[in-house]
Amino acid sequence: MIDIAPILARFPSLAHDPAANALIVPAHLALEVARYLRDNPAYLLDYASNVTGVDYLATEKKSKVKQADGVYKEIVTKTEAGMEVVYHLYSMHLGHGPLVLKQRTSREKPVVTSLTPVYRGAEFQEREVFDLFGIHFDGHPDLRRILMWDEFKDYPMRKDYIAPDDFQYEPTPHGDVLAEAQKYYGLPEEKK
Amino acid sequence: MSVPDSTSSPAIAPREYEVYSGDDLGTNVLEVSMGPQHPSTHGVFRMNVTLDGETVVKLKPVFGYLHRNHEKLGEGMTYLGSMPYTDRLDYFCSMTNNWAYALTAEKLAGIAVPERAEYIRVIMAELTRLQNHASLMGFLTNDLGASGTPLLYAMREREHILDLFEWVSGARMMCNYMRFGGVRNDLPEGWLEQCKKVVDAFPAFLDEFDALLTGNEIIQARCQNVGILPRDLAINASITGPCLRASGVNYDIRKVDKYGIYDRFNFQVPLGEVGDCYDRFMLRLLEMRESVKILKQALSQIPASGPTLDAKSRNFRPKPGEAYGRIESPKGELGFYLISDGGPKPYRYRIRPPSFINLTVLEDMCLGQKIADTVIILGSIDIVLGEVDR
Repeated sequence: MIDIAPILARFPSLAHDPAANALIVPAHLALEVARYLRDNPAYLLDYASNVTGVDYLATEKKSKVKQADGVYKEIVTKTEAGMEVVYHLYSMHLGHGPLVLKQRTSREKPVVTSLTPVYRGAEFQEREVFDLFGIHFDGHPDLRRILMWDEFKDYPMRKDYIAPDDFQYEPTPHGDVLAEAQKYYGLPEEKK
Repeated sequence: MSVPDSTSSPAIAPREYEVYSGDDLGTNVLEVSMGPQHPSTHGVFRMNVTLDGETVVKLKPVFGYLHRNHEKLGEGMTYLGSMPYTDRLDYFCSMTNNWAYALTAEKLAGIAVPERAEYIRVIMAELTRLQNHASLMGFLTNDLGASGTPLLYAMREREHILDLFEWVSGARMMCNYMRFGGVRNDLPEGWLEQCKKVVDAFPAFLDEFDALLTGNEIIQARCQNVGILPRDLAINASITGPCLRASGVNYDIRKVDKYGIYDRFNFQVPLGEVGDCYDRFMLRLLEMRESVKILKQALSQIPASGPTLDAKSRNFRPKPGEAYGRIESPKGELGFYLISDGGPKPYRYRIRPPSFINLTVLEDMCLGQKIADTVIILGSIDIVLGEVDR
């Protein structure tokens, strides 16, 4: 495990995500922090192994908690909507890692700073995040769709993505597929 | 309708031809789209190559033809439900794909694996490495124009290993064998004896391959100093696996993370010097020899009996949290990143595919080379499109 307390002391505006032991980096500091982690001899995190995005919808969870006097009280826990780009950094020289770096952004206008100028290995993975999540990477040299075709409009990995209606004829439908097919072809009920 | 007046039709002027004088010959670059159905691209993969004469001046890989959004599928089903789908990532190495996924889920839920299952996993992973590297060397010579003979030698050996996989899991390629907390079923009776026979016979094949290929003049002429990947670029571009070690970086996750029980085996990590196609080719041969060493140790140490699966895989609901697990698959670092929200389905299911990221440097390795060499350079990276496109 990498001790992240000195990094937090060096960059006071970084936040710490204790659940994942991750550093949360604001977009304007991302390049500076990445260069520091890569070049500082104590860390030498020269290898960006995994880059990915995570989409969080706003959630509301109700739970009943028993109070000290034996009365149940309803507690509502809310989480905010947002998007994250997660980087897993390792060191090939020192053989330690991972250090998890996260950039957070809004769902409405998702923009983060590209780390491709520091880690070339992030190039295709950031393109993939742009392609599937629609997160824009500032400073990326070649930000295009990579897995989907260029004319594709939506971002499939978002949690609220609705797949296009492309039902195809099914010769022997049953179960869910039958319910779907009935909408299109008015097929008879499944034989019991 | 009027009849055309023959006298009013315009006279056809005699065509003038310019005679080429020879002093203003300009050359243009030529853009060639190699693929997606080109036989040497190992699947549906396309390279947009810009050529100056025969020399590559620009190359952009284009892929996604096999994209089925595996990660979205994985988020829509239970944890265990994704296990058979991981077979389809790198369909040459389903056993290591299973292991990487099981390892991450075990890390997420904190499950221990029984000792016999750990040995079985190591044996399966190293057998996978043998057949993957052997086939790769065959495919690479195929790309060089060796018309399939070395490939068939490799396939002949691969067949023995696939027979072992079929015997233990019921499938030759889509094994779906590992589970969270162990492996699906114990080894059948007589399997270990047969495996010992296959492993004991393997070095003879390697010697044969070595004698046939590595000294071959054509292979040396076409591979040496072609597609050089410098050490610093390899690290910066997150290249992993044999491509990284061929550039001289000593980074093998079996040694670094010591996942499973890899700290119990005595083996070495072969390294290249130049980082060219020949190093990448030779490295696979040397890695196979090390894999045989690991297999021999594992086969002699494996406990004669014991449980192979402790935890129950069904109704698997890990506590909220996240985990990143990775193994050294034959192609490089195969990682899985799972985020759990406490439910039966993963909230986020991410695969870090080695083939996909190793393609980052394809352009850098091909620039300045001849177009015929791009085929060998691509072949020496060792990609599988099922994993690149997911």
